[in-house]
Amino acid sequence: MTRDWPGIAAAASVAALIAGPVLAVLWFAGGGALPGPGDWAAVRFTLLQATLSAGLSVALAVPVARALARRQFAGRRVLITLLGAPFILPVIVAVLGLLAVFGRSGVLNLGLGWLGLPPVQIYGLHGVVLAHVFFNLPLATRILLQGWQQIPAERFRLAASLGLGPAQVARILERPMLRATVPGALLVIFAICLSSFAVALTLGGGPRATTVELAIYQAFRFDFDLGRAAVLALIQTGLVGAAALAALRVSRGDGLGAGMDRALRRWDANSLALRVQDATVLTLAALFLLVPLSMIVIKGLAGLPHMPNSVYSALIVSVCVSLLSMSLTMLLTLTMGLAALRHGWIEAIGLLGVAMSPLVLGTGLFILINPWLNPSSLALPVTALANALAALPFALRVVLPALRRAEHDFGPLADGLGMAGWARLRWLYLPRARPALGFAAGLSAALSMGDLGVITLFADPQQATLPLQMYRLMGAYRMEAAAGAGLLLLAASLAIFWTFDKGGRSDADA
Amino acid sequence: MKYLALATGLLAATQAVAETPVLTIYTYDSFVSEWGPGPAVEKAFEETCACDLQFVGTGDGAALLGRLKLEGARSDADIVLGLDTSLTGAAAATGLFAPHAVTAAYDLPIAWNDPLFVPYDWGYFAFVKNTTLSAPTDFRALADSDLKIVIQDPRSSTPGLGLLMWVKTAYGDEAPAIWAGLADNIVTVTKGWSEAYGLFLEGEADMVLSYTTSPAYHLIAEEDASKDTAAFTEGHYMQIEVAGKLAATDQPELADQFLAFMVSDAFQSIIPTTNWMYPAVTPKSGLPAGFETMIVPQKALLVPADQADAVRDQALAEWLTALTK
Repeated sequence: MTRDWPGIAAAASVAALIAGPVLAVLWFAGGGALPGPGDWAAVRFTLLQATLSAGLSVALAVPVARALARRQFAGRRVLITLLGAPFILPVIVAVLGLLAVFGRSGVLNLGLGWLGLPPVQIYGLHGVVLAHVFFNLPLATRILLQGWQQIPAERFRLAASLGLGPAQVARILERPMLRATVPGALLVIFAICLSSFAVALTLGGGPRATTVELAIYQAFRFDFDLGRAAVLALIQTGLVGAAALAALRVSRGDGLGAGMDRALRRWDANSLALRVQDATVLTLAALFLLVPLSMIVIKGLAGLPHMPNSVYSALIVSVCVSLLSMSLTMLLTLTMGLAALRHGWIEAIGLLGVAMSPLVLGTGLFILINPWLNPSSLALPVTALANALAALPFALRVVLPALRRAEHDFGPLADGLGMAGWARLRWLYLPRARPALGFAAGLSAALSMGDLGVITLFADPQQATLPLQMYRLMGAYRMEAAAGAGLLLLAASLAIFWTFDKGGRSDADA
Repeated sequence: MKYLALATGLLAATQAVAETPVLTIYTYDSFVSEWGPGPAVEKAFEETCACDLQFVGTGDGAALLGRLKLEGARSDADIVLGLDTSLTGAAAATGLFAPHAVTAAYDLPIAWNDPLFVPYDWGYFAFVKNTTLSAPTDFRALADSDLKIVIQDPRSSTPGLGLLMWVKTAYGDEAPAIWAGLADNIVTVTKGWSEAYGLFLEGEADMVLSYTTSPAYHLIAEEDASKDTAAFTEGHYMQIEVAGKLAATDQPELADQFLAFMVSDAFQSIIPTTNWMYPAVTPKSGLPAGFETMIVPQKALLVPADQADAVRDQALAEWLTALTK
């Protein structure tokens, strides 16, 4: 127990940071208030779209990750990095990119028009799910790919010498790995889709697509019913908590054993049919994810000359916030991840942050801070903190399996050598989990860049972040300049993601 | 000894800074952005007041009122600038505002006699379109047409709420039927104005809910005359933006001075090409060239501030019912 105290303390702080603001809002409101019938409809719709989005994202990610795991080709690393881009884009940029492809006057409908076919309509539940798959398919792919890479190369070698075909390899090696990895991937994506608001509303085509977060807005802005807003936020967080418990129960170890870190070769996947299959899967996934991105790039290039200088100072602010937020996330991830090796519930606590309503979190922090300090003076630290809480679940989801595997494969050896404390961290966990740590750091830094962040209550006119500045440009009719800022944001996020992700990879890997 | 002199000098300087009175104004975010009126207003007022004017930006009008309710009488704000006529009733009910003594020859389509709030600009909601589109002339014709519109959600956006009030004031009990008719014209509903306007410019809809003065931006700032607005015969709903002095202010004279400055030419001439709205008092120099091409609605619609909350709640319920069927 004693060696886990940093992780338990970190988990307790995270729990306090999530619960404290809600309690502050409840205290201010003088108690909770029950949601109305409209709010319950919002809960039902939220559950439906989050379940569909998570299910589809992960189901589609399986063939994509498998193809990436067993193929080597030029540009593979670049593709893997680029595929991560949608996930880290600010919502409005991504939505405009998607609509440039799937919208009323998008590329797809133009093409259908040429062919004399009727246009497709993107707005509706299917549009919401499409957008969420666009955002989350890359994340699911990366999580599953990591799972594949953790199957020791020796197992495939053994399978080949036993003459096992693709079906048997899938049954004996891949399915146990998926069984261990898929529930966690489903869970984080479900959690992130739960708090979706602007995407769901815009692509859902109207108030039928009302999510819990929008119901919270209504309670706050229309009725100033903070009690109801807090209760809705608790419901949203509770749903994630329940899903987390379910997923952690289902998820089991894969029992594949340790390996010697040999270079991976796949004798089972050499047939022409499988090559064609993987090539098709990768082409389709790349088209789906990269065409909207290239629309963003094209629009943004045209806007670059129109950008005011303030965009660049906002970029610097954003990079600082992002690095600060990333350091916080990684500190929490490592301490909580190590403690979670023995206390599974710690990961569940980390997950709660992603589904915390930003409006309620911001309002609660404001209530707590305002009597003591001017909230605007804390705008950047609070933004970094909120972003760190939001990125923590993804980082944990990525790092925890790697730590678990290190402990499972080499823990007994380390015990035998009497390796504990710093030595164990230095010689066992850090080297074994390095790729996962790099990926998690890149992910959380990039997520923090793209997040519109707090929480308008803390806004500081002198120190806007890049997403906020981009939003201000849009609000001032300067859509072209905003598109330029969107491109800059995309490029900066990708660069920061790539730097950390690459830093974590050893040469033989990924 | 010279250190002592230096220290005394520094101390005096700090005191001089401390003695400069600070006027704190809460407003919405786009007012203080570098493209909004904020920077120019700050400069112009500080030239006359021997004070430090500090703007604090918070979301939009509704978020502004929310923040004020959170802070109550402990608020640092001396003035709140940026509430509109759909919020002034609720704002007055907080009891946090003090009466003003400003009189001015307002150029508003309606008489203004609110004891707590001073208007600084106003506009009409309208659907913005490309000039080439021949637009319907009322909501019924719009509902019967195949035209696609994009609007904002009244629960998260000020213009979205304005549209709700517009249909309700123009049609009263028939409003639900109008919304049912409009349902198939609405491409989608967005969180805020920026998303909706962005979708319109991307070609996702034929018209977008905005203001009659929106084409002035394209005309004056971009020299692009391709946008105008659809004039509706049932009238257009108005938005009047106001400021008010807080009762708990520690700078009451300065606050009064600012409210008087707000209706003067120095402030009012900044408004048209930064906030893209009509100034509450037309400056002597008149409106910028281009504003004369904007449509002038035949009828100005507005729900009195004291009824706004009740009308709003009913209109929202009707809107939700009509669009979730």
